[in-house]
Amino acid sequence: MTDQGIGARVKRKEDKRFTTGHGKYTDDVRMENQAYAAFVRSPFAHAEIKGIDKSAAEAMEGVIAVLTGPELVADGIGNIICGWAVTSKDGSPMNMGAWSALATEKVRYVGDAAAVVIAESDAIARRAAEAVEVDYAELPAVAVASKALAAGAPQIHDNAPGNLIYDWEIGDEAATDAALAGAAHVTEMEITNNRLAPNPMEPRSAVATYDPIEEHYTLYTTSQNPHVARLVLSAFYQVAPENKLRVVAPDVGGGFGSKIYIYPEEITCLWASMKTGRSVKWTSDRSEAFMTDAHGRDHVTTAKLGFDADNRIVGFKVDTIANFGAYMSLFSSAVPTYLYATLLSGQYDIANIHCNVRAVYTNTVPVDAYRGAGRPEACYLVERMMETAARELGVEPTELRRANFIREFPHQTPVIMAYDAGDFEANLDQALAAADVAGFAARKAESAKRGVLRGLGFSSYIEACGIAPSAAVGSLGAGVGLWESAEVRVNAVGTIEVLTGSHSHGQGHETAFAQVVADRFDLPLDSISIVHGDTDTVQMGMGTYGSRSGAVGLSAIVKALDKVEAKVKKIAAHVLEASEDDIVIEGGQVKVAGTDKAMGWHEVGLSAYTAHNLPEGMEPGLKETAFYDPANFTFPAGTYICEVEVDPETGVTKIERFTCSDDFGTIINPMIVEGQVHGGVAQGIGQAMLEQVVYDDDGQLITGSYMDYTMPRADDVPFYDVHHASTTCPNNPLGIKGCGEAGAIGTPPAVINAITDAIGTNDLAMPATPQAVWSALQASGKSMAAE
Amino acid sequence: MDMTGEFRIGAPREAVWQALNDPAVLAACIPGCEAMEKTSDSSFEATVVQKIGPVKARFHGIVELENIRPPESYTLNGEGKGGVAGFARGGADVRLEADGADTILLYEARAQVGGKLARLGSRLIDSTAKKLAAKFFDNFHEYLSKEDNAEEKSAAAS
Repeated sequence: MTDQGIGARVKRKEDKRFTTGHGKYTDDVRMENQAYAAFVRSPFAHAEIKGIDKSAAEAMEGVIAVLTGPELVADGIGNIICGWAVTSKDGSPMNMGAWSALATEKVRYVGDAAAVVIAESDAIARRAAEAVEVDYAELPAVAVASKALAAGAPQIHDNAPGNLIYDWEIGDEAATDAALAGAAHVTEMEITNNRLAPNPMEPRSAVATYDPIEEHYTLYTTSQNPHVARLVLSAFYQVAPENKLRVVAPDVGGGFGSKIYIYPEEITCLWASMKTGRSVKWTSDRSEAFMTDAHGRDHVTTAKLGFDADNRIVGFKVDTIANFGAYMSLFSSAVPTYLYATLLSGQYDIANIHCNVRAVYTNTVPVDAYRGAGRPEACYLVERMMETAARELGVEPTELRRANFIREFPHQTPVIMAYDAGDFEANLDQALAAADVAGFAARKAESAKRGVLRGLGFSSYIEACGIAPSAAVGSLGAGVGLWESAEVRVNAVGTIEVLTGSHSHGQGHETAFAQVVADRFDLPLDSISIVHGDTDTVQMGMGTYGSRSGAVGLSAIVKALDKVEAKVKKIAAHVLEASEDDIVIEGGQVKVAGTDKAMGWHEVGLSAYTAHNLPEGMEPGLKETAFYDPANFTFPAGTYICEVEVDPETGVTKIERFTCSDDFGTIINPMIVEGQVHGGVAQGIGQAMLEQVVYDDDGQLITGSYMDYTMPRADDVPFYDVHHASTTCPNNPLGIKGCGEAGAIGTPPAVINAITDAIGTNDLAMPATPQAVWSALQASGKSMAAE
Repeated sequence: MDMTGEFRIGAPREAVWQALNDPAVLAACIPGCEAMEKTSDSSFEATVVQKIGPVKARFHGIVELENIRPPESYTLNGEGKGGVAGFARGGADVRLEADGADTILLYEARAQVGGKLARLGSRLIDSTAKKLAAKFFDNFHEYLSKEDNAEEKSAAAS
């Protein structure tokens, strides 16, 4: 390890601009001739559009155009699609309803856009949007998935009878039923995974410019995957052919999944730019973000987990209803299926698993991947059930886990995933020691003296990252391959630019990726630049989500570095008149091992570009490209331990200790990885204790601001104690597993297991607000016991 | 949201009933009312400015009266649109009971809000609605309690 290479705690290069206010975000883009878009959004959850009167808005000074859905459709702009085809268990395809960027006949959720105003200023556009008179005929609405499935529920899309998108299953139902029938003990639970709003710090934004001479579009947008955006905008929405469309995602202030998808606003801005001949900018305000950014989670599940007389798991049966909102977002179909049900084996050796998932339309904002995407829902279910089963069986929760851990790898689960490597017990043991679980009883007794309840909760999570081998996801219905690309350019002066298809929106790629290159060629970090986010600059790439940038994006870079190294050695061997096998690269020099013959790294670059003295037949230049398709998912895993104190008088819960032991494989920059864990755990605590999107019975979003939607703040979260016990991933060159989502996946069950341990009743749903905890205590009659 | 209540008004039932059907009286008593026009025997058009939490809006709405049983009771249904602030609609069953020289007004009201009002102001809707109802009845009581008003109305009714 060098002081700037793999494993070094290098401070992030990008933070200089981020922390001094010099980041360049989409809303910072100012085009000449720029106009502003404001959307006319439905106040109703479900309504027919009887007519739209634009006249008053059009007459306002500064208004350039008022555009509606039928005009957009007439111009051939295609419907927004879900890019992953999931097939129902009866063989029928999923029922995808039409989603036009601007509504045509119906609006289906509060916030659905019926029209857009383009004006000279943002203020004029917003005022004019108020003046657009939409004649709505309100229809009955439904916001809860189970109610949407009920007979007589409002029908949201004509081609999805009963609002059912698909009814999907995985695993062997008969074998699972038989295993449960023969079980010595069965734990049964109904578990709700609460609906969340993603809340990246930077709201979504788009600036679209149409050049009528070149018939070319440029879109600046808040995207986690600009190339995928270009592909989808081109291939499905028919905005323009790919070579006539440039998508740039500059600095992006957080995504958490919500900026993967192509939303109506980007499409509308592109189209409106062509219609008006102006650059068109739109930036979401926080209120719009709450009602239009894809939400996360929203599952209701019933499950049975069966054990034999030795407390070994014999079968796991799961029935889940997933709320998809009013339209199918880009990856929505994959989240409660291939990213959820495939992880239901957890860290445990389970022979029989069956899971049924019904995906349902409701009159709410579309639901899609949010940090963890399906895996938090699986982990919460498995780990809540393990802890509950341990309480029912009267065994230590950690011992029940230990008794069922998978210990041999590779391990094929009954739900597709084949775990390649791991050491679950090492992480459990490390977390137990770090959390001083041995001293818990004494701490609990001390708390009791003060009249407060202390509890301990565990979560041994596993997740699947890197998504994933293209052929595998293709066979499961994905519309794209999930490889990654890299181009490494060594300049004539020896500095290096790495062009990556991954996208950084908070992950620190400019630093961590450069560390890998610095490590490889023993070069200073400052001589290496990471370039991403512009389809005109960077070759096709798949972007960042699913904790894939390290495992997949860096692997592509390593493949390209391999090619660069081979060429450097060939050039040096030729110039230095030595064998390639004897060439070593170190200390800024390319040397012949065991001799004093050497040339500077920069001299190799210069040689490649002057091409005065290259080996016979070698092309000039020093630039290599690679595409990397992973051989498998990667499987980060670990154990989190949460220790809480609950005040039985008020229900206020304080997290006293939060201990993590993670297996992320190889770690490039421990500081960045710890930051990822801290952020993920904070989001997990938010889900467990604070956050909840609420719609009322009429489909009105009533948590539409930070007055009613509670994000974790500094005094809600503890100091985290983060450790690693790593095994190397055998399926990629650096042995990386990924760390971006683990915190958000592993945390919620640890928190709820701790609180339910403290209050002595298991009947507690997320978010465990003081009111919810207090009510659970009252309902259980345990509040008296504390006094 | 549902709301029930009763108010004692120091005026005879006939006078109260007349006032409840008089757009000028209603306009004077409804907090924030900018205009009130009777469009038929059983409907009014109104413009009302309200601020609920962070949302301030001018609502244009129509109020329809049903089940009219003078001078005992009616059902009132209204819907107001407040532009981007969203919409509010609701209804109330209003009943008048004579109690000596006074009148007891009983109401059962229900209200629903949508759009920005629901998103930003939902938590404040209940308390705001109660405050507005109380303010209305205070105004109404004050108007009718002025003896000459009540007498005038009573005379007009007979």
